[in-house]
Amino acid sequence: MEQNLKDLKLELSKNGIFTTTLEELYNWGRRNSVWPLTFGLACCAIEMIATTMARYDLARFGAEVFRASPRQADLIIVSGTVTKKMAPQVVRLYNQMPEPKYVIAMGACAISGGPFRDGYNVLKGIDRYIPVDVHIPGCPPRPEALIHAFMTLQKKLDEQTLRGESRPRHLHADEPSEFPVPEFGAHGLEPAQNDDVFLNETGNPLRILQ
Amino acid sequence: MSALPTAEELKAQIEAAVSGAVVTVIPNGSLSAQHSLLLDHEHARAVALFLRDHPDLRLDYCSLVTGVDWLDTELTEKIKVKKMVAGPDGAETEQEVEETRKTKVPGYLEAVYHLFSMEKKHGPVVLRLRTANRTDRTRVPSLTPVWRSCEFQEREAFDLYGIVFDGHPDLRRILMWEGFEDYPMRKDYVPPADDILMEARP
Amino acid sequence: MTTVAELERRVEAGEDGLGDILEVSMGPHHPSTHGVFRMDVRLEGEKVVRLKPVFGYLHRNHEKIAEHGAYLHAIPYTDRLDYLCSMTNNWGYVLAVEKLAGIPVPERAEYIRVIVAELTRFQNHAGLVGFLLQDMGASGTPLMYAFREREKILDLFESLSGARMMCNYLRFGGLRVDCTPAWLEEARQLIARLPRFVDEFEALLRANEILMARTQGTGVLPRELAINAGVTGPMLRASGVNYDIRKVDHYGIYDRFEFRVPLGDHGDVYDRYMMRILEMRETVKILEQALRGIPSGPIMDPKTRLRGLRPKPGEAYGRIEAPKGELGFFLISDGSMNPYRYRVRPPSMINLTILEDMCLGHNVADVVVILGSVDIVLGEVDR
Repeated sequence: MEQNLKDLKLELSKNGIFTTTLEELYNWGRRNSVWPLTFGLACCAIEMIATTMARYDLARFGAEVFRASPRQADLIIVSGTVTKKMAPQVVRLYNQMPEPKYVIAMGACAISGGPFRDGYNVLKGIDRYIPVDVHIPGCPPRPEALIHAFMTLQKKLDEQTLRGESRPRHLHADEPSEFPVPEFGAHGLEPAQNDDVFLNETGNPLRILQ
Repeated sequence: MSALPTAEELKAQIEAAVSGAVVTVIPNGSLSAQHSLLLDHEHARAVALFLRDHPDLRLDYCSLVTGVDWLDTELTEKIKVKKMVAGPDGAETEQEVEETRKTKVPGYLEAVYHLFSMEKKHGPVVLRLRTANRTDRTRVPSLTPVWRSCEFQEREAFDLYGIVFDGHPDLRRILMWEGFEDYPMRKDYVPPADDILMEARP
Repeated sequence: MTTVAELERRVEAGEDGLGDILEVSMGPHHPSTHGVFRMDVRLEGEKVVRLKPVFGYLHRNHEKIAEHGAYLHAIPYTDRLDYLCSMTNNWGYVLAVEKLAGIPVPERAEYIRVIVAELTRFQNHAGLVGFLLQDMGASGTPLMYAFREREKILDLFESLSGARMMCNYLRFGGLRVDCTPAWLEEARQLIARLPRFVDEFEALLRANEILMARTQGTGVLPRELAINAGVTGPMLRASGVNYDIRKVDHYGIYDRFEFRVPLGDHGDVYDRYMMRILEMRETVKILEQALRGIPSGPIMDPKTRLRGLRPKPGEAYGRIEAPKGELGFFLISDGSMNPYRYRVRPPSMINLTILEDMCLGHNVADVVVILGSVDIVLGEVDR
């Protein structure tokens, strides 16, 4: 049945009649115009800038401009080490972005603290406070890896439906879109992680051992 | 580079110029042979001004300020003492016995300054200022009024080690946030236990 | 130039003609602050009355990590200090260890070190001009030109050391791996094209009205203040002080190369921008000479211990002329495998000491331009 529909669509389009579903149209609009926030923390930011430059042009994938204001951005690419001093600011920026919004954790430091994990000021992964959609390993990941992550995000958006379980988060009435901002404590951040986000079974591909 | 006086010559010059200054030469065991001068707190700033303004030295550029933490150590020494020792037949005789004595050497915090001269293109001259101990007497004089380049670096030594610099124009934390209570670079700092072991789901 | 105290007194006295006081926190997320850097600026109208830099948002305790590992393990972490210039960071550290432990370096290794360090300096200065112009509103085009050349240089680094940015290439006593004759030939061809790039870059920007109006006379740094505040690198030489560590310390084999040290007259942003262009030209000269004279031979003494290095107890301070200023490493060894104290002298952080002095009395828009000319990289400021 699916294949017949696809053949019918192809035949019609050859004659100048385009058919689509509302879901496909909705997802097509979302995936092809993801505008990132200018947010670079450390070394990975330089590779992110190199990805937007002439050789590995990211604009052809839809990331036409990098917006400086979070109110106008769709995607935050957390590129570089998130320190405990900076973590409340990252969460605040994420909260200020309007839905639908996505997070790419670029580089080993944003995923888990990376080579600096032993540090007293290093947050061991940004997914302790905000939900992450795509993780890119590498230190720093090559520009091609960032492009691949971008395409992975686009594929993830394609698979989302308008109704049912695989709805995007902004269509769920009771899913939060803002997360509590951690405070500076005497010895670290309080709370050390946001359990709703970090221990979330569906979002987190990792499992706690202890 | 013009010839810089050796550490001993510098010590002699300083003690001649700044009356009352107590300068000790700390030798450097490595092959770089950059010996350093330990200054006393009272005359540190006068010595610094002398080093900066003397026409032959003109050490106008303070390149680096480092904080170092030396922990309390224990000195174990074997000494011979005369004691009354009971012999195998019960009689007590005076004999020389070897005893181990342990003395606690208190640790201290240290600020190390590396000075160069941009005018004469020589250097480095290494100065050291030591605190009395690591707990409650951690004040040293600040050399920021002499060399402005010490401003941020002394703040960093205060932030990470807890060395208090008297006379610094704006002594507050620079790298950690206001309200952080530890001195993280000290050797006995224990980081908070927020590490969580994880594994990938199958 | 009015001092902070004078301006604050006038504000407190409620003088006429002074506008409202506005406290603006520029950063840590800001399109023009070159990273996570914050400035607490107090404005009276549009004029800056007070400016306090706040950093530490990228403090990754590099020094503590290096003190926990062996001497060899710190080299990849030095890549991540000034993340645009990994080769020169490596060189500063291995120079300090070589001074501490007395390790000799063979001649071919010295030549290759000079080649990669000068290539690093070239792409750093090109990138800086690109970022400065982007902050001024040129919206990416000079940055695209600079990054075009940078990508070619990074291709060379990748074929030599395996990584584009975090090269981890230098070792105490030499290098990790030797370069091939094919690599030298590619380097020669690239360097032959660099002078034309510098000419094109300069010609497109030299007579630009916006550049000249915004940078000439802005952010003047007087000579005595620069020396007293420990400013080093192109910023110091733009204020007229002839202090280039390549010429002062004679480290490596820089004595064999003929190159000039450009000096500025006014110490404003325009001079600092011109310094980078002129230094790019001198860098190309050094590269041509190094490629002509590189000998064959080993790149490391086989008897050098890398892994189990235990230097004699003592201390050493080694410094180089990094693209941003004087990058120094101070090491205290207690005879064990880990350094007892490992300290980095960050040129970017110390160059920020006089940011407030340079910005007082200027408009808030000039603050961005002045900060761009200081050339900071937060990985180095915060370590």
